[in-house]
Amino acid sequence: MFDKSLVREGRSVWGLLLLTVVLGTGIALLAVAQAWFFSRVVAMVFLEGVGLKAVWGSLLMILGIIGLRAAFQWFSEICAHEAASHIRVSLRRRLMNHIVALGPLYARGERTGELITTVVDGIESLEDYFSKYLPQLVLATGIPLIILGFVFPLDWKSGLIFLLTGPLIPIFMILIGKLAEKKSLQQWQNLGWMSAHFLDVLQGLTTLKVFGRSKDQIRVIERVSDSFRKSTLSVLRIAFLSALMLEFLATISTAVVAVTIGLRLVNGTLSYSSGLFLLLLAPEFYTPLRTLGLNFHAGLSGLNAASRIFEILDLPLMYEKNRDDQNLRNQIHHQQDNNDFLGRSKDQVLASNYQISFQDIHLAYQTGESPALNGINLSINSGETIALVGPSGAGKTSIAQLLLRFVEPTTGKLLVNGALLSSISAEKWREQIAYVPQNPHLFAGSIAENILFARPSATLEDVVSAAQEASAHEFIMKLPNGYQTNLGEGGTRLSGGQAQRIALARAMLKDAPLFILDEATSNLDLESQYYVQEALKRLVKGRTTLIIAHRLDTVYHAGRILVLNHGQIVEEGNHEELMRVQGLYYGLVKEYRGELR
Amino acid sequence: MKSLKWLIHLILPYWRRILLALILSTLTITSHIGLMATSAYLLARAALHPPVLDLMVTIVGVRFFGLSRAVFRYLERYVSHDVTFRILSQIRVKFYQGLEPLAPARLLNFRSADLLSRIVADVEIQQKLFLKVFAPPIVALLVLCGYGAFLASYDIRFSVILSACFLVAGLGIPWIIKLLSQGVGRQLVVLKAELNTQVADSLFGMSEILAYGQANVYLARIRRTNEKVTNQQRQIVWLSALSSALTGMLANISMWLILVLGIVLVEEGKLSGVNLGMLALGTLSSFEALFPLALVPHHLEQNRVAADRLLELIQAEPEIKNQDTMSPKPREMSITFQEVNFRYGPEELWALNCLSFQIPEQGRVAIVGASGAGKTSIVNLLLGFWDYEEGRIDFGGYSIQEYTQQKIRDYVGVVTQRTHIFNATIRENLLLAKPEANDEELILAAKKAKLHDFVQSLSKGYDSYVGEGGLKLSGGQRQRLAIARVLLKNAPILILDEAMEGLDPFNEREIMGEVYQLMEGRTTLVITHRLSGLERMDEILVLDQGQVIERGKHHELLRQKGLYRKLWDMQVIPLN
Repeated sequence: MFDKSLVREGRSVWGLLLLTVVLGTGIALLAVAQAWFFSRVVAMVFLEGVGLKAVWGSLLMILGIIGLRAAFQWFSEICAHEAASHIRVSLRRRLMNHIVALGPLYARGERTGELITTVVDGIESLEDYFSKYLPQLVLATGIPLIILGFVFPLDWKSGLIFLLTGPLIPIFMILIGKLAEKKSLQQWQNLGWMSAHFLDVLQGLTTLKVFGRSKDQIRVIERVSDSFRKSTLSVLRIAFLSALMLEFLATISTAVVAVTIGLRLVNGTLSYSSGLFLLLLAPEFYTPLRTLGLNFHAGLSGLNAASRIFEILDLPLMYEKNRDDQNLRNQIHHQQDNNDFLGRSKDQVLASNYQISFQDIHLAYQTGESPALNGINLSINSGETIALVGPSGAGKTSIAQLLLRFVEPTTGKLLVNGALLSSISAEKWREQIAYVPQNPHLFAGSIAENILFARPSATLEDVVSAAQEASAHEFIMKLPNGYQTNLGEGGTRLSGGQAQRIALARAMLKDAPLFILDEATSNLDLESQYYVQEALKRLVKGRTTLIIAHRLDTVYHAGRILVLNHGQIVEEGNHEELMRVQGLYYGLVKEYRGELR
Repeated sequence: MKSLKWLIHLILPYWRRILLALILSTLTITSHIGLMATSAYLLARAALHPPVLDLMVTIVGVRFFGLSRAVFRYLERYVSHDVTFRILSQIRVKFYQGLEPLAPARLLNFRSADLLSRIVADVEIQQKLFLKVFAPPIVALLVLCGYGAFLASYDIRFSVILSACFLVAGLGIPWIIKLLSQGVGRQLVVLKAELNTQVADSLFGMSEILAYGQANVYLARIRRTNEKVTNQQRQIVWLSALSSALTGMLANISMWLILVLGIVLVEEGKLSGVNLGMLALGTLSSFEALFPLALVPHHLEQNRVAADRLLELIQAEPEIKNQDTMSPKPREMSITFQEVNFRYGPEELWALNCLSFQIPEQGRVAIVGASGAGKTSIVNLLLGFWDYEEGRIDFGGYSIQEYTQQKIRDYVGVVTQRTHIFNATIRENLLLAKPEANDEELILAAKKAKLHDFVQSLSKGYDSYVGEGGLKLSGGQRQRLAIARVLLKNAPILILDEAMEGLDPFNEREIMGEVYQLMEGRTTLVITHRLSGLERMDEILVLDQGQVIERGKHHELLRQKGLYRKLWDMQVIPLN
């Protein structure tokens, strides 16, 4: 329950956290003072028979203390929140920076949703850890000790009861917590499963209807809910025992203290005023411990989120990984070399004519996994159009990833005009590339903003002409708000083909010398496909182009076709040449034509 | 308000359990009051040095309350969770019952998984309905009545003080805080959604952001939103902290007022001094019932908004009302569209415009066209998911309006692009098509769909879990499962709605054979925008904006040199 990395985060706001604890201690001391005045007033009125006037001073003191306690309470909550919110802001910033630095390869696929949850909700759940759990951890030890300091001088027996039962609360909390919480956590996960079932039924409702099974589901939902309730309750029956124990310890010891004091009062070994004072201290003694128990969950979910957050933050970045591989002895030399090299080669690398070459490049995304690329030798000349084809998993996309520097080769060299590509900054290099991914992402915002994204300094005329070039202008103008139509969540949904054309307009607007297109897998309808191809013809003109083809019909007229299989280039040539060889490409085309027997 | 009525209506059947939970909850708090009050009373009595025997009853009382609180708390938790789960189940069932007749027409806007998840979340949030919304005010009221009556037995003015303080702390403070935080809260919701969108945008679009050098712009944007969120949260926390501090203060102030009144009464001789500590401490303890009230407006709002959304969904009129009439028996398995006009709403463009075609028994018709041409609308009409405005659709010689919707669906097997695989075993997923099917039938269908060998290769065979929680099926395997379902259902009409979509060419080729086998002996309607394999069709309709612009056999259409030809030329690769 005490995470080192999290506590390290806490250091940056130690002042605020300290203030929270100080205020919390202040509240406890005020409570003690209030109890003392209260018991004196009651004793004086009850036993000495004094009137309101005689105790009015003490009563006003109590009123003042009540007000002060409320103020302290307010400020301590604010302080705790401030501390937590500083940490959240800074962690969220670092987390986002780190995820972006890790690149699209890390954030792809199913992981994306989980990452979003971590960045948004995971960070949010740290709030309670820092504002409630961490200060309470200190207070739960400090305040009972302070109270004991008041109790022991008055009545060591009551003090002993407190001392013996107090620590039992956290001990039980941990003991039962470990046993039952795990089970109840499991059960809450089952609740997730329960709603997943419901979601599944809703998603499949059309299918159910077609098969005439939708009405049956009413009974199924009822049955599943019911069995879930039963199994959950059987677990909760045990889990609630922890609550029972916490409650039991606090109340029964209060009762025992009360009875003990009562008997001493009868014997006359203790004054009534002191006895009442001790009784009033009992809740103050147990409350911090019980609050800690209540905040246990908050702390737990914070810890879970934290472990995921730090797991991400601890992932090494690509260039760091490479650096690790290098020999430490050479490192200093190398860096100097690099700097030198950088200065020398920048102009050379960023010339307008490109000669890109892959020299025996191997790539494995994870050590131990079978490599995605297995000895690629390839040179790309300026102005050339190259198509990559091959079965899925052959390594087509990996080549694009390398060129975009989303990933670095495991071994081998990637050279641009004879210089190592890794010698220039990724940002600088990417300025030379216009990239259209397989499933282009449309950002929340207008269509104009989505295109402008490629070159924020462009004018609206530029945007329109880029859209025209990309065969997108016409359908954009048909939308209710034209270029100002909002996209993204809640906005207009575009078809796959339309999104593709917006992405092409982006590439047009960027007007970069190197163009990489990861073609959409057969998601486009025919009309879109037609327009996309028209746009492509315009786009490849005068540019070095790399097309990753998932559909063969778009590439057979490419100047050079590379056929990949198992991470290697197995055939190379233009359409006619490759057809003549009657190899893998020939086979792919035959299958693709799909003319039936 | 309507949605609240709906919710109350749903939980009423459980009133016995609810009452029990409320009573137990009240008793838990009463035990606390009892413990502190009897303890204080015990001390006061003891201070007068009576014989110990005189104190026995009080001592027993103290011990009883010391024990009972934990027991009541335990029972209360158990019963109230039981009630909560029952209510949740009831809401789930009632919502589904309301929704089922409306699907899929009214759910069209909820296609995306996100929105469906929101529905589920809206249902799930109702688990707070009893625990956090309904129970706290009632319990507070019960405690007020109970303890107020106890105080009244000493002096009615005690009860007045208690009621006043309960009123201010239970209604006044939450109400004022709610008023103050309303605007901020709403803004916070908007800002959080914005933050979510921005984070999602930059993660989903990271390739583009990096390729176009926009990373810093987006990171800065997230940072700004994050700061805005933080500022709003700060305001909320200021208010909520103020509310809890004030409630705590009121508890103490009420104790103070009771004490002052008590002192005055003792002075006047109207109250025995023995009771002074007891009354004050009991009052302080009774405020335990009020602390959960601060959050009630917040939870109430959340639950109400969620319930509003649910209710809005299921209150829509069903697109087609089921007739109770007997369905006729179709004379043959033929389908005829006669000048059918259809649109999704009165303001919308025509999705189908004067569409006519006929598929004779065992005939094969394909409909091709761009997306948005109206292809899927034809399927929606045939399956009775929507009603057409003009024209006539006949099935087996009778208008489809003469059949119940379910009757028509019984005759139709559909393979769509989005075959839904349920989170269940392969067997259950197959049995959906024919629950009474035995193992032999099942395996036969799976064999015909070439699914059997794959299933056998799994360690648990037909009992392997698939779908989200289980094994992920490839696109080809999904479609095979869909084909096996249709085989099992053995429907005489077959609709292939872009069934090959999303499969890569190799998978597509592999599955073609099974699809053609499926067509044998069935009346088939193929909806596609891929032109391969259409030479087997009896007729091909080229649809554009709801209208047929070309029709004929494959070779005729190629000769016509119209749109079909243009599309064909685009798709075909020369062999040399």
